Amino acid sequence: MQCDICGKKKATVHLTEIVDDQMSEMHLCEECARQKSVQMEQQFGLADLLAGLADFGKPTKEEAHEVIKCPNCGMTYDEFRKFGRLGCSQCYESFKMHLSTLLKKVHGSNHHVGKAPAKIPQAEKDKIESFQELKTQLQQAIQREDFERAAEIRDKIRDIENKKE
Amino acid sequence: MKLDDFISNTGQWLKGRGAFSNIVMSSRIRLARNLVDKPFPNKARKKDLSDILEIVHQTADGIEFFKKSIFLKINELDNVDKQFLIERHLMSHEHASNPEGKALIVSEEEVLSVMINEEDHLRIQVMQSGFNLDETWKIADTIDDALSQKLDYAYSLHWGYLTACPTNTGTAMRGSVMLHLPALVMTKQINKVLAAISKLNFASRGFYGEGTQASGNFYQISNQVSMGHTELDVLQNINGLIRQVIDQEEQARQALLVQNRPMLEDKIFRSYGILKNAHIISSQETVELLSMVRLGVDLGIVKDVDRMAINELFIMIQPAHLQKIEGKKLSTSERDTKRASLIREKIGG
Ligand SMILES: [Zn+2]
Ligand SMILES: [Zn+2]
Repeated sequence: MQCDICGKKKATVHLTEIVDDQMSEMHLCEECARQKSVQMEQQFGLADLLAGLADFGKPTKEEAHEVIKCPNCGMTYDEFRKFGRLGCSQCYESFKMHLSTLLKKVHGSNHHVGKAPAKIPQAEKDKIESFQELKTQLQQAIQREDFERAAEIRDKIRDIENKKE
Repeated sequence: MKLDDFISNTGQWLKGRGAFSNIVMSSRIRLARNLVDKPFPNKARKKDLSDILEIVHQTADGIEFFKKSIFLKINELDNVDKQFLIERHLMSHEHASNPEGKALIVSEEEVLSVMINEEDHLRIQVMQSGFNLDETWKIADTIDDALSQKLDYAYSLHWGYLTACPTNTGTAMRGSVMLHLPALVMTKQINKVLAAISKLNFASRGFYGEGTQASGNFYQISNQVSMGHTELDVLQNINGLIRQVIDQEEQARQALLVQNRPMLEDKIFRSYGILKNAHIISSQETVELLSMVRLGVDLGIVKDVDRMAINELFIMIQPAHLQKIEGKKLSTSERDTKRASLIREKIGG
């Protein structure tokens, strides 16, 4: 598969983005993916966030035409930027990519380790049930020498294993 | 149990017991939790908020630890009662300022409090006196487990506990320790210590709440990071840091004793003298003087007062407390008089 942006190199990074309630997938080469993530950070106004999550307000050029909205609670990404509070637990899914970057900056990590509740929500359990599926995917990725994807899947499996104990 | 009963009781965390209670006032664990199928409070409608109140209230009622607790709807409280709960460190200003659909549960001895519909659906707080984060965590963990048997928490395998603010996502745990550091202040080393703490990604703030200047030489130190480390790792890190701060304070106290004992004793006994004799006193002055007397008690210089009495006074001399004790509204100048008489009564001898 070729990269969606440059159309030249092999796509090794696969992103899911939600724009105007539409989910779209992007397949990028490593270099374009890196550039994309730098762009996203700038859109987010990360410097502001790190200064104590105080000033979310400053608009950037790119964001004007991009409205990301949580389909569950109706919170837009802009609103989140302004107030610094998410509207519901599904906002985490809706703003996944941005939050992944943000959490990494705030906490130095974007993976939870630590306790789990006695009852885990059904949607999350479904993810555990697809554990076997992940293992199959891992084998396939290794076979086609897509090591970046393999590493991603391996992390997911570890994640689940950590939660299982 | 009624709200007014608190006034004649002392919260467990003020008892002046536990490890290093000469320097550490209290240890606190706070957990943020949300229900999976309800919007966070900032996006919730009236109906959502009252549903959440109902669900949490009923669930808590079925748990042993909550048996002797009190359930308060914030919009049914008057201003003095709200201020009173803030002064006792049982709820936040934010919780009181927009009371619609909010509630508070407080357990016997004020070990546990749960704010419902503050920034998150549940803010579980457990406090213990002295330097005892491990025990405090165990209590919080047990209560959290009991609640999660019944409640469906918003939780993701990848992100952990999902909270309204991303600064809490993950474990959604904050551990904090309240320290009394008069010798580090007097020897002018406190800023160096606080700078080191913030470099290590820990936050410090004052005794009288978020965004307040430290007064009475109290500093609360807590973790900032909630993702990528287990709860126990985070606590171990705080413990290590607090032990160092305690060491520094001990050294500064010894240095003051060795280098200038008469000056120190003079400062402590003058403070004690004013508190025992004043008839009009402001809260700011009180807090500074109480800090010196507490140091005197901790160093064995002041022998006829116990630490719990001093700890209690730090809480009791605040405006809403004075008004609850008096049973009526008091103006600023009336409070200054009432405050002085309360202090004389408690430690006047
Ligand atoms: Zn490319
Ligand atoms: Zn949402």
